[in-house]
Amino acid sequence: MDKKITMPLSKEDALSLKCGDYVYLTGVIYTARDAAHKRMYDALRKDEALPLDIKGQTIYYMGPSPAREGRPIGSAGPTTASRMDKYAPELLDLGLIGMIGKGKRTQAVKDAIVRNGAVYFAAVGGAGAILSKCITSSEVIAYDDLGTEAIRRLEVKDFPVIVVIDHEGRDLYEESQKQYRID
Amino acid sequence: MREISSDIITQTIAQMCIDANHHLTPDMEKALINAGESEISPLGKQVLSQLRENLKIADEDMIPICQDTGMAVVFVEMGQEVHITGTSLYDAINEGVRKGYTEGFLRKSVVGDPLERVNTGDNTPAVIHTEIVPGETFRLTVAPKGFGSENMSRIFMLKPAEGIEGVKAAVLTAVNDAGPNACPPMVVGVGIGGTFEKAAIMAKKALLRPAGEHSDIPYVEELEKELLEKINRSGIGPGGLGGRMTALAVNVLTYPTHIAGLPVAVNICCHVNRHSVREL
Repeated sequence: MDKKITMPLSKEDALSLKCGDYVYLTGVIYTARDAAHKRMYDALRKDEALPLDIKGQTIYYMGPSPAREGRPIGSAGPTTASRMDKYAPELLDLGLIGMIGKGKRTQAVKDAIVRNGAVYFAAVGGAGAILSKCITSSEVIAYDDLGTEAIRRLEVKDFPVIVVIDHEGRDLYEESQKQYRID
Repeated sequence: MREISSDIITQTIAQMCIDANHHLTPDMEKALINAGESEISPLGKQVLSQLRENLKIADEDMIPICQDTGMAVVFVEMGQEVHITGTSLYDAINEGVRKGYTEGFLRKSVVGDPLERVNTGDNTPAVIHTEIVPGETFRLTVAPKGFGSENMSRIFMLKPAEGIEGVKAAVLTAVNDAGPNACPPMVVGVGIGGTFEKAAIMAKKALLRPAGEHSDIPYVEELEKELLEKINRSGIGPGGLGGRMTALAVNVLTYPTHIAGLPVAVNICCHVNRHSVREL
């Protein structure tokens, strides 16, 4: 089912989303990938504040290519989410409500999604050019020295994603592969 | 003796890095179009149509096809009658990568040390494979490799007794484990034989073969076709969201091996199977 949703995602919206929904996101999301997650993880170990209040926010696992002049961002598709699995449950427990990436998640992440009423979306991997057209602004808000891996605040408009893991823990990858597999 | 200036190599490599990241070769585009026509899953069809539109935008607006513009893998086929003037061949190539990735707005995805992990800031160094051939040929291939799929690649040191069925099982294991992580529809490069490292390099080289072309060795051609069919029965589908188009091609290269061994390397590439080839 196609849906349009305004970001940041409300608790109610997160709970209304079902595995397999095709969703267009409009509003603010944040980027973070491997190196930024490691820094946030290290900050939490030292009882330091995170560079953004992640409560109710959505993180897009993405490191863009540089923007050409006059454009907000370069190519901007999702990276593999499983590399963030080590860090995601803790962030979800701190209030992170949405993640956008691609690829499978561990059971620990699924459990944290269910426990917190969160959601994992997939964007289409390798479609960075078309996805960049749905990003209207991009601003580095932390860890500038990490280059492409810095944390960015993005404004997106009708950014297309698919609900892969919903708050009930259903997993579209598993369900759809079963549906189309020929034994 | 033919002389080639290192400057020309640098300029050529820079342009090739930019070209490869913005335009796929016609065989890959065709393979994606064919996949769109064959896919039965509605969501899979939608993903494939998004990917075709993505290629068009990348080409027209000069936005990299994928934000992971890869680690630059460079194959050099160099005639033994060729002499490089100026800097060394490797310096010339790395300078080209630096120039291409900086001037071409490509992402810098290389860290200088695998454990200290500080970005080198210019996507160097490249991974360079050289092959010395007879004559005066000088042929460059730039194949930027993204790591979503690279991470899902595998090597298996099979026992000779496992034979061709063992090889098939190894490839299918690698592809099934990769699933949605490798950005299907994939291209699967397979190297069978040689040694540990020879198999891996063959698997990488196999990705360069145009989609739709097969090995000259009849049994290998059969193996490629059978593996493609089996992979496309897995249900993984475009984007891993279910469907029949899980792989666009399976390309196999073979090499003589040891009496005690049967190495099988599986190098998985996403649908953005990029390469640019130039002869100087």
